[in-house]
Amino acid sequence: MHDVIHDLLGHYNYWIVIILMMTGFYTVIARPNLVKKIIGLFIFQTSVFILFISMAKIEGGTAPIIEEGLSVYSNPLPHVLILTAIVVSLATTALGLALVVRIHDAYGTSNEDDIHVQDEAD
Amino acid sequence: MEHLIDIVLLGLLMITGFAIVRMKSLLAVAMLTSIYSLLSALLFVVLDAVDVALTEAAIGAGISTILMLATVTLTRDEEEAPRHTPLLPLAVVTVTGAALIYGTLDMPHYGDPAAPVHQHVASTYLHDTPGEIGVPNVVTSVLASYRGYDTLGEVTVIFTAGAGVLALLGYRTRRRNIQTRKLVVLRVIAKLFFPLILLFALYVLFHGDFGPGGGFQAGVIFATGFILYALAFGLGNAQRVIPHPLLRIMAAVGVLMYAAVGIEGILLGGKFLEYGVLADDPVTGQHLGIMLIELGVGITVAAVMLIIYYSFVSRRD
Repeated sequence: MHDVIHDLLGHYNYWIVIILMMTGFYTVIARPNLVKKIIGLFIFQTSVFILFISMAKIEGGTAPIIEEGLSVYSNPLPHVLILTAIVVSLATTALGLALVVRIHDAYGTSNEDDIHVQDEAD
Repeated sequence: MEHLIDIVLLGLLMITGFAIVRMKSLLAVAMLTSIYSLLSALLFVVLDAVDVALTEAAIGAGISTILMLATVTLTRDEEEAPRHTPLLPLAVVTVTGAALIYGTLDMPHYGDPAAPVHQHVASTYLHDTPGEIGVPNVVTSVLASYRGYDTLGEVTVIFTAGAGVLALLGYRTRRRNIQTRKLVVLRVIAKLFFPLILLFALYVLFHGDFGPGGGFQAGVIFATGFILYALAFGLGNAQRVIPHPLLRIMAAVGVLMYAAVGIEGILLGGKFLEYGVLADDPVTGQHLGIMLIELGVGITVAAVMLIIYYSFVSRRD
């Protein structure tokens, strides 16, 4: 019984991350509104951040800032990678939203289904 | 206790995620996204990633939300129901999720010190940073010194994003301010907070060697000070305080400053972005190099954030 709980706790973070990832993925593929799609992508990206940071955690460790009297630090490398990824995620979000604004100007709608209808009518 | 906080925060994230999918009002969805981002920042603190938490709070909960709100006001608030049945996407998502969960079964347990991730360069960075770089924050030492080349690429990505948004949305100067309501409370608070936010940004920039922080976070916080000012006093006034041509120059100056520090290393007989040669003592050189490139990062990030914000907001007539 103890082993089962240990196993569940040991993978809990990863499973929630996958649920969040799939939530974002579903929003991207199933929702017609383009702003909603970008937000879905944002959820997906954040779930990847949580996956990496969860892997960096060491039981009983502390933040990787060297201090006398401390010996166990969490892994700093995923932190650096994800810090970079957050900045890139802002770049993609900003460009995506700018494209949505231009698409809305050109088609008068930000709904993917309506855009397809207009494209087929041409 | 730590486990309990972890479980609760992840549970809240999941609830917020589901609410985002289900809600129809896009303004509400943008606010929920901000909450989602803030919750994940809290989770990063629990997971010991303080630098990441600061970045996520500033970028995810701050700037991204403002951009989403701006886009919603430029397009429309209400989301229409999808015309197709959601069964196929649901099936795709379930199968993919199940495959990924099956994949996690092989992963080492959360918090396991013997996990393969911890066995390679990470321990070298932790061990060598005090002697070689001399800064306590290992995240800063890896970001700015050991992997300084990657971070230069990163700043270029930000610069390119700013240029891309400017190319897509353009930019209009505002002579007059649209004032629909008297925002007394917001204005008093904004005036009070504006200098404090800028001061805090400088603290985060120059204290990044010792605590959580650095150029990326500082640049974003600096920009949010001006965004708050623009929200309270109108875009026209903000543009008088920090005009658009100045921002475009700043965005380029930051990247060039970073690259110049790298070339200075070559000129002084070292390699590209080798800071040890910048001063007589290698550790002092590291300090100097890290501070200069963080400053460059901060200038570019702050300028690009404001360029993006101006582009979105100046489209609203």
